[in-house]
Amino acid sequence: MRGAPYAPAQPAEARRSGVAMVFQHFSLFDALNVAENVALGMETPPPMQELSARIKAVSEEYGLPLDPSRMVGDLSAGERQRVEIIRCLLQDPKLLIMDEPTSVLTPQEVEILFQTLRQLAREGTAILYISHKLEEIRALCDEATILRRGKVVATCTPREVSAREMAELMVGATLTPPARADKPKGEVALEVAGLSVASPIPFGTSLKDIRFSVAKGEVLGIAGVAGNGQDELLLALSGELRSAPAAVRINGQEAGHLGPNTRRAAGLVAAPEERLGHAAAPDMTLTENALLSGVVRKGLTRQGFIDWGATRRFAAEIIRTFDVRTPGTEVAARALSGGNLQKFVVGRELSQTPSVIVINQPTWGVDAAAAAAIRQAILDRAAEGAAVVVISQDLDELLEISDNFAALNEGRLTAPRPVQGLSIEEIGLMMGGAHGMEVAHHGH
Amino acid sequence: MVRLEKRPSPSAFWQWATPILAVLLTMVAGGIMFALLGKDPIAAMRTIFWDPLFNAQFASYSRPQLLVKAGPLILIAIGLSLGFRAGIWNIGAEGQYIMGAIAGAAVGLYFFPAENRLIFPLMVVAGALGGWAWAMIPAILKTRFNTNEILVSLLLVYVAQNILASMAVGAMRNPDGGGFPGSRNLSQYPSAANLELIPGTGMHWGVIAAFMAVIAAYILLQRHILGFQIKLAGQAPRAARFAGVNPTRLVVLCMGISGALAGLAGLFEVAGPAGQISIDFNVGYGFTAIIVAFLGRLNPIGILLAGLLMALTYIGGELAQFMLGLPAAAIQAFQGMLLFFLLAVDLLTNYRVRLGAKREVA
Amino acid sequence: MFGGIDPALLIAALIVASVPIILAAIGELVVERAGVLNLGVEGMMIMGAVCGFITAVSTGSAFLGFVGGALGGAVLSLVFGVLTQFLLANQVATGLALTLFGLGLSSLIGQSYVGIKPPLTDAVPLGPFADIPFFGRVLFSHDWVVYLSVASVAAVWWVLRATRMGLILRAVGESHDAAHALGYKVRRIRMLAILFGGAMAGLGGAYISLVRVPQWTDGITAGAGWIALAIVVFASWRPWRALVGAYLFGGITVLQLNLQAAGSRIPVEYLSSAPYLITILVLVIMSSGRGKAALNAPASLGQNFHASR
Repeated sequence: MRGAPYAPAQPAEARRSGVAMVFQHFSLFDALNVAENVALGMETPPPMQELSARIKAVSEEYGLPLDPSRMVGDLSAGERQRVEIIRCLLQDPKLLIMDEPTSVLTPQEVEILFQTLRQLAREGTAILYISHKLEEIRALCDEATILRRGKVVATCTPREVSAREMAELMVGATLTPPARADKPKGEVALEVAGLSVASPIPFGTSLKDIRFSVAKGEVLGIAGVAGNGQDELLLALSGELRSAPAAVRINGQEAGHLGPNTRRAAGLVAAPEERLGHAAAPDMTLTENALLSGVVRKGLTRQGFIDWGATRRFAAEIIRTFDVRTPGTEVAARALSGGNLQKFVVGRELSQTPSVIVINQPTWGVDAAAAAAIRQAILDRAAEGAAVVVISQDLDELLEISDNFAALNEGRLTAPRPVQGLSIEEIGLMMGGAHGMEVAHHGH
Repeated sequence: MVRLEKRPSPSAFWQWATPILAVLLTMVAGGIMFALLGKDPIAAMRTIFWDPLFNAQFASYSRPQLLVKAGPLILIAIGLSLGFRAGIWNIGAEGQYIMGAIAGAAVGLYFFPAENRLIFPLMVVAGALGGWAWAMIPAILKTRFNTNEILVSLLLVYVAQNILASMAVGAMRNPDGGGFPGSRNLSQYPSAANLELIPGTGMHWGVIAAFMAVIAAYILLQRHILGFQIKLAGQAPRAARFAGVNPTRLVVLCMGISGALAGLAGLFEVAGPAGQISIDFNVGYGFTAIIVAFLGRLNPIGILLAGLLMALTYIGGELAQFMLGLPAAAIQAFQGMLLFFLLAVDLLTNYRVRLGAKREVA
Repeated sequence: MFGGIDPALLIAALIVASVPIILAAIGELVVERAGVLNLGVEGMMIMGAVCGFITAVSTGSAFLGFVGGALGGAVLSLVFGVLTQFLLANQVATGLALTLFGLGLSSLIGQSYVGIKPPLTDAVPLGPFADIPFFGRVLFSHDWVVYLSVASVAAVWWVLRATRMGLILRAVGESHDAAHALGYKVRRIRMLAILFGGAMAGLGGAYISLVRVPQWTDGITAGAGWIALAIVVFASWRPWRALVGAYLFGGITVLQLNLQAAGSRIPVEYLSSAPYLITILVLVIMSSGRGKAALNAPASLGQNFHASR
C-alpha cells in the first residue's frame, strides 16, 4: 500500500491504515441505532452527540440523507447501505472497498450511489469495486481485473471492451440463453387476492393487499429490492404463513388457511431463498432432505412409516436429472457447494410434477453454468403447463424468463405487466424509484 | 496454535467414540478428585465400576440393583431425548416423576385394602397421566404464551416437592403409621405392588416399560415420519416449518411423552423399590436422566447403555460410601463431571482439530 | 391477614431477601446481553455459597467470604466459558451440567461445615440516618452488600447505556458475525461477560450462606438461581426492571414466611410454593402480549460463535 508491502492481520489494523470496506452482509446491528452502528465501525469515535451531528453533515454533503437516531432494523436496504458508506466516509478513507453494493438498490438509487462514488474519486479516494454486473463496471470503473475461481484471468479497461467480452472472460465459455417454447395460455392455476399478513420476522415487512394470478404455462417474475416482502411472500404462498382462506387459491381451491403439506397435496411446491436452514437441513443427508418436502407428493410414507428405499431413489433421481455434483445420496447437505445444493433444492421441487411453482432467488450465489441450467429447468416446467412465480433481485434473470413482471415495494405488489416492451426506467419506477430517499427525509 | 475446522459431515466414528472417551476422561479426573479427598483412586474406581458386578461378596446384592436403578433413568431419559432432539427443553422431569408417583399412589391408596387385578393397571395409567398433566403446564404456557419451558418446568419441580411434602404429612399419611410422615407401603399391598418379576434380577414392570420405551423410540426415530420431524425441528427449525411441521403440536407431543414417561417411572418406583410416598421419595433421577440422555447421545440404544452405566455409578457410589467412606455427594459431582467431559469432547464429532498456524485469509 | 406484621420490617426484610437474586440476575443480564445463555446460575450460586462460607469461617472475615464466593462462582463460570466459547458445546446443556455439577461439588466440599455459624456481616453505620422513623429502618440499616447490589444495578445500567464498552457488549450480543466482521474479539468479550456473571452469582450465593440463612446446608440456594434467570426475562434484559422484579419476588418470599410464622391457615407447603408459582405467572404475563419480552432479547442469545473466516 502506497508502495509498501501491506498485509493487515486484523480489520482494525486495516482501518487504521485508511482502508474502509462496505460489506455485502454481516456488519450492521438491527437493534442498535444508526449512530451506534457507525460508532462501532470507528477506531476512536467522538461522543455520541458530536457523532450524530457529523453523520448528518456528511450524509447531506454526499446526498445520502440519514437520521442518526433511527433503529437500523427499521431502515430499507438502500438506507442500510448508506449507514455502511457513511461509516466509511467518516474515517476519511484512502481506499474504499465495496462488495456487490448495488444488489440491494433500485436503478435510481444506483445512479445516486454512482454520483457519490465519482465525487469521492475526484476528491482522491481510491475505490475497489467488486461486482458481477458488467454494465456497472463499464459505467463506473477506470480499470477492471477479472477473477475466475480465485485466479486472475485478465485485466482490461472496461470502457474499451464490450460487456459480452467481459462476460466470456468471467465465465470461461460462451453462454447460451435459455430456449423458450411458445405456449398457449392456460386457465388460472394460482390466484392471490387481498393477501395481507403481518411479518413473522423481526424487523420484517408485512404484506399489504397483494393480488395477482398466474395461468398454467405462465412465468410471473416478481422483482424488488431486498427486504421489501420477498421472504414473507414466499412464506405466505408456501403455507408457512397462514392467511384468510380466500386470499390464496390453488387450482380454484381455497388455500390461504392451509399448511405447507396440504398445499403440496393441492399441487403447489415452493423453494425458499435460503438453502441451508430453510430449504434444506444442513446436517441431514440428501436422502433425508429429499424426504423433507417430497414426502407428500412422492408418497414416501405408508401409515406414517418412511419408505427409505423409495426416498433414496427419489434423491438419486434428483441428483441424476439436475446434475448435482455429490459423492452420493448419504452426504450431509452442508457438504455440497452452494450451486450444487441449489440445483438439488430446486430439482427436488421441480421433480414433483407440480401445477404451481414458487421460487425465491432461484440462482442466488450460483455460478453461471448452474444458473443457466436452473432457469432452463424452470422454463421446461412452464412449457409443460405449470404456473410459475419467480421472485428475484436479479432483473436480468427476470426479464429473461418471465412472461409478466411485477415488483414488490414495502410489502405491496404492483399490477403485473407483460415483460415485452417494458423499459428499465419503468421497471425502476415499479420497484419504488427513489422511495428510500423520501423515507429518509421524512425521518428528520 | 490449535484451531478448529468444521467437518463437511459429522464423523460417524466420533459419534460413538466420544461417550467412551468422556467416560475415560471422567475416570481420570474423578480419580484425581478422590485422591484429593485422601482416598486411593484405583481402589475407588474398582469399588465403583467393578465390585458391584463382579465382587463375590457384593455382586449378589448389587447386580439386581443395576436394573432397579437403570429402569427409571432409562425411562425418563428416553422421553427427555425426544424433546431435546426437537429443541424442546423439559428439564423438570423430577417434578413430573413426583407427580406421577403421587397420582399413581393415590389410586392405589384409594382402593386399599380391596384386592383386584385391575388396580395396578389403573395405577399405571394414573401415574402416566399425572406426569403428563404436570408436563402439560409448561407445554401449554409455551404454545399459548410463548413462555420459556426451561424455566417453567424447572420451577415446577420445587412446587411438586412441596406438594409431595404436603401429601406425605397430610392427605396420604398412613393412618396406621403412628403419626409418622409417609404413606402406607404399597409394595406390601398385593394388588398395587410392583414386585420383582424374576427373583434375583431386579426386573420389575418399570424395567420392562423402559426396554419397551427404548424399542419404541428407536422405531419412531428411525422409521416414522414423526421421528423425522422431531429431528428436523431440532436441527433446522425453519426447514421444519417449511416441511409442514406444526411446532405447537410437536411441543405438546414431546413434553407430553416425556412427562408421561417420567410419571410412569415415578409410579413404578413408588409401588416397588421405594414402596411409599415420603418426603424424600425423589432422589434426583429426573436430573440424572438429563446426563443419561446426553451421554447416550440422545440415541435410544445409547441411552440404554448410558442408563446402565449411570446406575452402576449410583450403586458403586453407595458401595464406596460404605467401604471407603467416600462422601455421597462425591458421586453426584462425578456424574456432573461426566457431562462436562462429554460436552467438551463432543466437538470432535463436528470439527477437526488442527495444529499449526491459521492459513492466510485472502 | 396482615395483622401483626410491621410494614417497615417487612420492606426492610424484602430488600434483604432480594439481594442474592439481584446480584445473580444482574450478572446473568450482562451475560445474556453479550449473547450467551448460561443456565448454570444455580450451580454458580451454590458454589459461591459454599466457597464464601468456607472462606469466611476459615479467615474469620465475612468480607473475605464474599470475595471467596465471587471467586468460586467465577471459577465455575470459567468452565462454562471454555466449554461453550472454545469447545463450542451447546449452551443449554452446558448450563444444566454446571448446575448439576455445582450442586454435587458444593455438598462434597461443604460437608464438614454443616452446623457452623459464620462471622457476622454488620449493618453499615449510617449514624443519624438509621434513626429516621420508618425510612431509617427501611433504607439505612442494611449491610454493605445490600447497597452494593443496588449500586451494581446502577453501574450495569450506566455501562450498557452510555459507554463504548457497553455498546460493544450489546453489539456482540446482537450479531456476533457483524461484530466479528468489524474486528471485535467476540470470544474474549463473551468470556469476560461470563466471568462477571459467575462472580455476581457467586456473590449472591455467598449472601445466602453468610447473611440470609446464615449457615451451610446442602442445596441451600433452593432454586434462587432459576428465579434469577426468570427475573432476567421478566426484566426484558433491562437492569432497573430486574431490580423491580427481584423486589417483587423478595416481597412474596417475605410475605409467605411471615404468614407461615403468623400461623396462617394455608398449609406451609403451599405457602412455600408461592414464590415459584408467582414467578411462573409473571413469566407468562411478560412473555405473552405479542411476544414483547422476546423482542427485546439479544438476537444471538444462545448461539455459538465459530469464526469461519
